[in-house]
Order: sequence, then structure tokens, then C-alpha cells
Amino acid sequence: MEIQTRREKGAIIVSVKGRIDALTAPEFEKNLSDWISKGESTFLLNFSELEYISSAGLRSILATSKKLKDSQGKILFTGLKGPVDEVFKISGFHSIFKIVDSEETALKEI
Amino acid sequence: MNTLLTIKLPAKLENLERMVKSVSDCARAQGFGQKRTSEIELAAEEGLVNIIHYSYPEKSGEVEIICSADDDYFMIELIDSGIAFDMTSLSDPDVNAGRDERKIGGLGVFLIKKMVDEVKYRRENDRNILDLIIMKEKSG
Repeated sequence: MEIQTRREKGAIIVSVKGRIDALTAPEFEKNLSDWISKGESTFLLNFSELEYISSAGLRSILATSKKLKDSQGKILFTGLKGPVDEVFKISGFHSIFKIVDSEETALKEI
Repeated sequence: MNTLLTIKLPAKLENLERMVKSVSDCARAQGFGQKRTSEIELAAEEGLVNIIHYSYPEKSGEVEIICSADDDYFMIELIDSGIAFDMTSLSDPDVNAGRDERKIGGLGVFLIKKMVDEVKYRRENDRNILDLIIMKEKSG
């Protein structure tokens, strides 16, 4: 797993490449919680290069969104495809999170 | 059923990647496509992670993986000698619950049930045996 982050229009854009599984999920979650402890509250997760996510990754996302709720933060997703999109649908994450078609759309929404 | 693979390793997270990869290599060799192989891999990871986290609360132990197949089915058996635990008995999470009501957890076993065609648990000779059964993809 590789994580790249950048800031644009007040949002932290997190691009994740590879796999979020039981081994890599803790690092993924820590990356996000480090930003939250620095006071960031708007996140766009770009999963266009993410090939695989397991329940460990879903748990990290849920835990992060619960932290963000306390700071009235936001988390959006873009680039879901293949197995990642399927796992999001099956787990009901499509209905609890905002999923947009591109980074540009997301930045307008934010 | 012909046995394709038997692997026994300490039930530790550091061995997860190797174990999951053995299963997906086996699935690919049985002719499963990229999508189905990825689903099989996910089911294997979820089953193994549950064993690693819950089967051996006080001592360390091993997990054995047996992959086998016949013309119609591909089967993964996950075997551990830990405490008796039937993960198939867990109730499914409420996937329609809103974000605030959503509980963290319970998704792993739910994903296993969704990814494979059948999940069977049995306790035999002080061992937990979880069978993940996948129907072969028919060509044509």
C-alpha cells in the first residue's frame, strides 16, 4: 500500500494505491487520524488505484468517520472500482458515504 | 476432491500475506478469473484474520489451509486447534443502518458469506474446521 496526500481547497486528498488489508489498515487509519489530530476535518479519499479492500479497511473508514463526526468533518470518496466498489456496495457503504465521480466534483461539493 | 495445497503456519498476522497468496494462486490455477479470484482471496483473508485474532487468546497456535477441487467445486478448509468458535453463527451486521448507528465490526464474516457460495463450520477432534466452498465457473 502506498499513500499520497495533498491539500487542495481546504481538503486533504488522500490517494491510496494497492491493498488495504488486515496488514496495511492500521497504517492507513493512522495516516488519517494524524491529519485529524492536526485539526483537518475535510477528506477526499481517491481510491482509483486501490485494488483491494477487506473488512479491516472498512473498519478503519468507519472509525475515521466516527472521529470526524465529533469535529463536524466530512469524508468523501472517489475512484471506486472493481472489487473495492463491490465491497462498498455489499457492506452498505454506498448509502452511508458520499461517493462522487471525480476529484473535481468532490472539490465543488466541499 | 483432489488436494491441491496443504500449508500449516503459526496463526500470526505476519504470515497472512503468504497464506492468502497461496490460496489465490491455487484459485487462479483452477481457472478462476481476476474478479472471482479477488473475491476468493477476500473470503480467505477474512476467515484467516478471525482465526488469528480469536482462536488462540492465551497461547499461540497454528492454522492449516487445505485447498482442494473437483470438476464442479473449489474448496478451502481453514483448520485451527483453538477455542471452539463457530464464526458462521454470528449475526449479520445491519448494512442499512445509518453512519452513526453502524457498529464497527461484524463485517468480516458477512463478507465471507457474500463472497463464497457456501460456508460450513464443524468442530472435530478439538479443531475448528471452516469450509469455504466455491462453484467453478463454467465456460461457454
